Amino acid sequence: MTSSEHSSAPEFNSRLERRRAFSTIFKNSCAILSWLCIGVLGFLLVHIFSSGWEWISFDFIKNAPSRMPHKAGLFSALMGTIWIIVTTAAIAIPVGVSSALYLEEYAKKNRLNSFIEINISNLAGVPSIVYGILGLTLFVRFMKLGPSVLSGALTLSLLILPVIIIASREAIKAVPNSIRLSAFALGATQFQTVFHHVLPAAMPGIMTGVILALSRAIGETAPILMVGAVAYVSRAPHGIMDGFTALPIQIYNWAREAKVEFEGLAAGGIIVLLLVLFMMNSVAILIRNKTQKAQS
Amino acid sequence: MTPVDEAKKTSEKELMNKRPKSTKPESKISSGDKENDLRNAELKGEGVVISYGSDQAVKGVDIAFPSNKITAVIGPSGCGKSTLLRAFNRMNDFILGAKVEGSLMYKDMDLYDKNIDPVEVRLRIGMVFQKPNPFPKTIFKNIAWAPQINGYTGDIAELVETSLKRAALWNEVSDRLHDSALGLSGGQQQRLCIARSLAMKPEVLLMDEPCSALDPVSTSHIEDLMLELKEQYTIVIVTHNMQQAARVSDYTAFMDSGNLVEFDETSTIFTNPKEQRTEDYVSGRFG
Repeated sequence: MTSSEHSSAPEFNSRLERRRAFSTIFKNSCAILSWLCIGVLGFLLVHIFSSGWEWISFDFIKNAPSRMPHKAGLFSALMGTIWIIVTTAAIAIPVGVSSALYLEEYAKKNRLNSFIEINISNLAGVPSIVYGILGLTLFVRFMKLGPSVLSGALTLSLLILPVIIIASREAIKAVPNSIRLSAFALGATQFQTVFHHVLPAAMPGIMTGVILALSRAIGETAPILMVGAVAYVSRAPHGIMDGFTALPIQIYNWAREAKVEFEGLAAGGIIVLLLVLFMMNSVAILIRNKTQKAQS
Repeated sequence: MTPVDEAKKTSEKELMNKRPKSTKPESKISSGDKENDLRNAELKGEGVVISYGSDQAVKGVDIAFPSNKITAVIGPSGCGKSTLLRAFNRMNDFILGAKVEGSLMYKDMDLYDKNIDPVEVRLRIGMVFQKPNPFPKTIFKNIAWAPQINGYTGDIAELVETSLKRAALWNEVSDRLHDSALGLSGGQQQRLCIARSLAMKPEVLLMDEPCSALDPVSTSHIEDLMLELKEQYTIVIVTHNMQQAARVSDYTAFMDSGNLVEFDETSTIFTNPKEQRTEDYVSGRFG
């Protein structure tokens, strides 16, 4: 007899050994698949660092792009990316969080609003090139903002707004209703309840959404190419109406070059892009942890 | 009446007498007092109907809560007692589809008048909830927040101290006012919530099963507190705990299926109720 020997009652055929084996197989396949992912990522990083690291230098950061690989740098692209991402954050975070607050705290639960909600989720799935075309038509041409930092940032804001709204709404929804009720019961207005209690409590979740969204925006190439980020810009933008280029575009341009040295430059650009991303996320995580601590 | 019921009744009587009302010597209300109390009641509802969509939770209740007394509202789960309580400080406003009809008055204020700001209602009529729900902030901020946003002009630190003292919590927390309120025990959290309500100096205190999540020691703390508070406040407490109603309240309202079955002095409700349903409920035969 097998495991049925130990069964408590004869009506059960518990097949414990089989179930245990299945459990183990499932656990191991999950482990294998996740390590596969991490392995590919690790390979990518190793490959990029080995071919790009030698190009990283102070000159590489401070020089303008050049036809000669040894003189080429990404100063204008790096500054362009910083300008773009800061402007995008300044636009998308207030708009996104306000929309989420409106939908969660103020809006009546009617058909129009659930229609809006569904479509925000749909917008999160629209390909970025579509936003690029929209940005070109709306911001560059119709509003006559030209191929500027502002046009690029507005376009990227549209792209990441759905992500910020969805994440913020989830965070706001997760704030226990008892906090709202006790604030109201103490004679608070809705504004006071939302700004003193709901928003601080939702902040960690909102920051997580913001991190994800900005990380996506910083790597986007298609939409900013579409609104006219130009390939060769030798100086950094000095204002939001200046023309710009960005790191992903610079990397793309170098990767297309015939000379083999440019491949190294492209890898160096990727390292810089990853570093910027990493620093940006560290700041956001710092803010998140700080607000989390204040809430406990 | 069976001997068992008889025994139950005596035990309830004993329970009532076991805890002397801490501040005042025992004084039973005479029937003349009752009429007086009801005539002078400032918190009143007439023909109160509260519905959620097509469901009527409260089906036409006339009730008055005597001033400076504790009124207990008892009844089986789902009888509408919490719903009725919440209507008196406009907390049903936050429940989707809840509709309150009839007249609810505090003094000469029509609580549901279009020109009345619900914030004003809640400033005068405070509430303590079933589950302790302190803000995830420090003990100090939990109490100071509401007075501050309402433009309190006095010394805020002093207000925090007096509120905590009145809620019998000061001695336990005076050395950690700036620690998180979430580090307190359940009973302490509930007393903090009471202190928080007291800091706003409301005129009426509504308590929705304030002890249901607490152990007996914390419960007795809060009951003592209520007996002290009724000197200055009108208190309405919804409770599932019949002994608690018997111990602390002056008047008891018994509700069933959205109707007010009986309202009388607590001693009458527990010893000599007029309605059979009340008797069945307080003697534990149903509910």
